[in-house]
Amino acid sequence: MFKIIKQLTSLVAMFAVLFAFSTETMAAKKSKTLENTKKRGFVRCGVSQGLPGFSNADESGNWTGIDVDVCRAVAAATLGDATKVKFTPLSAKERFTALTSGEIDILSRNTTWTLSRDADIGLTFVGVNFYDGQGFMVRKGSGISSTGEFKNGTSVCTNLGTTTELNMRDFFDSKGISYEPVVFEKADEVVAAYDAGRCDTYTTDKSGLAAQRTKLSAPDDHVVLPETISKEPLGPVVRQGDSVWEDIVRWSLNTMIEAEEYGVNSSNADMMKTSNNPAIKRLVGAEGELGAAFGLDNDWNLRIIKQVGNYGESYKRNIADTGILPDRGPNELWTKGGILYVPPAR
Amino acid sequence: MNNIIKRFIPQILAILFVVLIFGFLTLNAQTNMDNRGIDFGFGFLSQESSFDVQFSLIEYSGSDSYARAFLVGLLNTLLVSFISIILCTILGVIIGVARLSSNYLIKNTAAWYVEFFRNIPLLLQIFFWYYAALRALPMPEKANAWFGVTYMTVKGYYIPAMVWENLNVFLYCGFAAIIAIILLRNYANKLRDIQGKQIPVLLYSIGLLIVLPILSFLFGGVSLEFEIPELKKLSKISYIYEGGISLPPELIALVLALSLYTSTFVAECVRAGIEGVSKGQKEAAASVGLTHNQVLKLVIMPQALRIIIPPTTNQYLNLTKNSSLAAAIAYPDLVLVFAGTALMQTGKAIEIVSITMLTYLTISLTIAAIMNWYNKKIEIKEK
Repeated sequence: MFKIIKQLTSLVAMFAVLFAFSTETMAAKKSKTLENTKKRGFVRCGVSQGLPGFSNADESGNWTGIDVDVCRAVAAATLGDATKVKFTPLSAKERFTALTSGEIDILSRNTTWTLSRDADIGLTFVGVNFYDGQGFMVRKGSGISSTGEFKNGTSVCTNLGTTTELNMRDFFDSKGISYEPVVFEKADEVVAAYDAGRCDTYTTDKSGLAAQRTKLSAPDDHVVLPETISKEPLGPVVRQGDSVWEDIVRWSLNTMIEAEEYGVNSSNADMMKTSNNPAIKRLVGAEGELGAAFGLDNDWNLRIIKQVGNYGESYKRNIADTGILPDRGPNELWTKGGILYVPPAR
Repeated sequence: MNNIIKRFIPQILAILFVVLIFGFLTLNAQTNMDNRGIDFGFGFLSQESSFDVQFSLIEYSGSDSYARAFLVGLLNTLLVSFISIILCTILGVIIGVARLSSNYLIKNTAAWYVEFFRNIPLLLQIFFWYYAALRALPMPEKANAWFGVTYMTVKGYYIPAMVWENLNVFLYCGFAAIIAIILLRNYANKLRDIQGKQIPVLLYSIGLLIVLPILSFLFGGVSLEFEIPELKKLSKISYIYEGGISLPPELIALVLALSLYTSTFVAECVRAGIEGVSKGQKEAAASVGLTHNQVLKLVIMPQALRIIIPPTTNQYLNLTKNSSLAAAIAYPDLVLVFAGTALMQTGKAIEIVSITMLTYLTISLTIAAIMNWYNKKIEIKEK
């Protein structure tokens, strides 16, 4: 009988342990991502496994790119130091699970904003930091100069788990062309297979094509076709359910874009505090109490501009100067003929 | 009474423990998913998949459902496993027997083969065969014809397609031939048991297998034509073959890697099985006047098979599970199509991963059941 009592007590103990576990997960959900980030001392950011211009690590492990800069801006705003970011490289397949499971707090990985992703899978897109579109790359020698010249039986290399797979089907179906999709998990494998002649064409976002072209054995033998077959607004994503964190990420990105619009950059930000324009003063924290709405101090936006720079600086540093896409195209400000337009910070 | 309690309480507690753990995991996943606004459900299976698959055994297009995409992936997994299991068995038996050869060169070549292929990680071998093949194979327009009508190119192996007329009549004839052979064997066994007469069953069987299908061609209205692949120009520098069947290089690389790798393990099973039969058996059989072939067929192999089958079953299971590495080289198997693309497009991670796990479990259990049945059939029947 004594034995049974002993076994019963161990069972109760087990219950207690399980209960403790479940209450802990409950508590974690209530706490804000911001509090955890401050406690941890760094922002957890999901990026690509290496896409030059967007998120790419050099030999010493320093990440650069316009997607990386979004996370740096959030770190500057929340922690006061743009370098306090832990980057997690993710494949297209892993990215959303990493975010929804709480492994990362921002996903800034050239991710296309679509209805089903926004509504279905527990994600919230906070904005657009690059307007892209899907294109095709072919060998120059093929003589193909437009997508209209593809014939039945064309083999197409691309990445797994992307909107690219769906757009490609829409495109070829609408043209009535039969094609052979060859789908790889990693971008490097796509490049290797296309380079070896497995496929007639390589399709992904045009910025991606421009970046991956540099990895081919003879980049000059390949050309990106002029047509764009889809809209690919790329932007940072956060988990659903923490609207304050969502706002912080959204307005960190917006601050960078608005700073460019008002001509505020990393070198003149401090001087702008004495500007006559109230909009500029708000942007550098010299007027209003904008940070209070997120539980941040009033210099949050000034830090972003000083440490990371405005959007134009980020684009120039990462995409234009590296020769990936020198022409900003739609990613120019709305005042200069592009479609970059953000709500006012006031 | 006390005894019963002692016997059952620990078991009940153990079951309770398992149930609790599962319950906790489910509850935890559910609350977390609710919190993040993720729905759970299998309704997505009937939705339109809207993506295409490179290679499929059944008709499939982007307007079909996710359930059909699952079936496409499953069939591709089964196809690559089936071909590889057959190839690795044939290769494994040859290598295994070669390792026991008295010829120094054969014996050592076989030993080197085994040591080489089983000690390199499978994923590396898959990459090797894929990228080596892609680099080494010619572009379609430069390919030389093998056997006159097949072409091995960087875009795949093109073979002629068979165009049948009245295929069903041909299949009925083949089926009839197989039934006739089974009946003939039973009759021959009876004849041998009762009268001690032997008839050449094998010869008759081959005859039946050839004659009946030929009759179907002559009188059943069956006809067969071959559609030979022909070179077609896609652009100034790129060509493909049209017509016929194309086996993608991904499939070929995967089959090569899987069967070469697994054949080494099968070879070791075969060697162990043959060496496991005691020498006395062979000598005793020879001393009652059986020929060398009869000794092998009637005495050694039946006993060796009992040792070979169970570990070989393990290798078949491993091979099937290893086929999921296909995703690395773009072969559209279950993992790539369903646990890859479909998972990404729907975001139903828990549902899709559990379906995929259950599917692999089912395939493995089925293979194990078949092999166990075979093992039962050949084991010593003690009377």
